[in-house]
Amino acid sequence: MAMDAATIERLIKEGLPDARVSIEALRDDGDHYAAHVVSAAFRGKSRVQQHQMVFQALGSRMGNELHALALQTSAPED
Amino acid sequence: MDTTVHDRIRQQVTDNPVVLFMKGTPVFPQCGFSATVVQILSHLGVKFKGVDVLADSSVREGIKEFSSWPTIPQLYVKGEFIGGCDIVREMFETGELQQMFAEKEIPVRA
Repeated sequence: MAMDAATIERLIKEGLPDARVSIEALRDDGDHYAAHVVSAAFRGKSRVQQHQMVFQALGSRMGNELHALALQTSAPED
Repeated sequence: MDTTVHDRIRQQVTDNPVVLFMKGTPVFPQCGFSATVVQILSHLGVKFKGVDVLADSSVREGIKEFSSWPTIPQLYVKGEFIGGCDIVREMFETGELQQMFAEKEIPVRA
């Protein structure tokens, strides 16, 4: 019931191919991470929509194998 | 799937101006993320209804489909889904949360 950071990064990039993803483990339990995701696909979207796009990329894992992913999203600055 | 659960959730977020779906109760949150949102709302003096999803597994699953949001807590204001812990915290830090409450005419402690 845990995931490593590389898997999370890969899944997010599969869903959002241009994304820059940085992941930090908040605890050493494979269950609590913070991710900062930057993608042009976020332009013009609300924060809720941006997070939903990341959740979609992670599929059913979010809330299950992955208990806690503190998420920060933004569009790249021009 | 279960339309009755969705109907119940819709009813709750319509009947109450501010609703927090959370793990535990406002007095005894059972998860750090839920506790964070409770703290922010309490700090702002916003009155809210806490719904403990641990007390009802149908709501716990139903709320995730209702909002297309896989995690708890979830904050609703005047029927609108505002976000989970990260978004609420970010909005609080930038002042957007206070502004949103003002726009929606929810009393906030000055």
